[in-house]
Amino acid sequence: MTLTELSALIKARPLSRPENLREATCGYVCDLLSWVMARGQPGMAWVTVQTHLNVIAVASLHEMACVILPDDIKMEEAVLAKALEEGIAVYTSPLSAYEICGRLMAKGLVPALD
Amino acid sequence: MIHSVYPIAQAGYDSAGQASADIKRQLKQLGVDSKIIRRVAVACYEAEMNLIIHSLGGAMELSIEDGWITLQIHDKGPGIPDVELAKKEGFSTAGEDARSLGFGAGMGLPNMMRNTDDFLIASQVGVGTLMIMKFKLV
Repeated sequence: MTLTELSALIKARPLSRPENLREATCGYVCDLLSWVMARGQPGMAWVTVQTHLNVIAVASLHEMACVILPDDIKMEEAVLAKALEEGIAVYTSPLSAYEICGRLMAKGLVPALD
Repeated sequence: MIHSVYPIAQAGYDSAGQASADIKRQLKQLGVDSKIIRRVAVACYEAEMNLIIHSLGGAMELSIEDGWITLQIHDKGPGIPDVELAKKEGFSTAGEDARSLGFGAGMGLPNMMRNTDDFLIASQVGVGTLMIMKFKLV
């Protein structure tokens, strides 16, 4: 799924939009970073309420496609600058994490494989 | 042979992940298989976070030789009183500051062990902790 399709589906707006957008190949939702570290995949679309720098570190180490913040959550400029530097797209959506995942699943974005 | 040393500061949350990212970059430049890089990155990041969250400061050393990637992690204390308990999934002594950032799930050591081909940990309270993580290159 392209990130343009993904963002339209969940009514999201980009907070960080790198030049080369990756394709989203799977989805995950979790706020415990070690948990995500253990299950992250390249191309993952990760839904989290966490907004600090370490989120970008985890997303970048796994070469994820994007981080999605639910409930209109914002991210600090310094963190967004790091996301841009690392090629990680960050979106914020007015929808809840539950609804974001529901919509993405319904349109075929698969759960992460083990 | 490659040998790099990365000092890691106690509570250095703002620079967390930088050493792991650099190690990942080095492995990519060397053309290491992406599945191996991913395992090294996960184990390495967990070790880096452990130093930041729990230690009084320490360092990570990367060496690559004879078909092995080796990460040696050592700190200046405080040491782990019960290493076997610390290895259990879900057990954590992380403080409120770490938990509020989404750490402290008790997945650190299990994630490291799961991703390494050879894992060694030795710790002495009041002295420090040493971990050696090895990954086969082929």
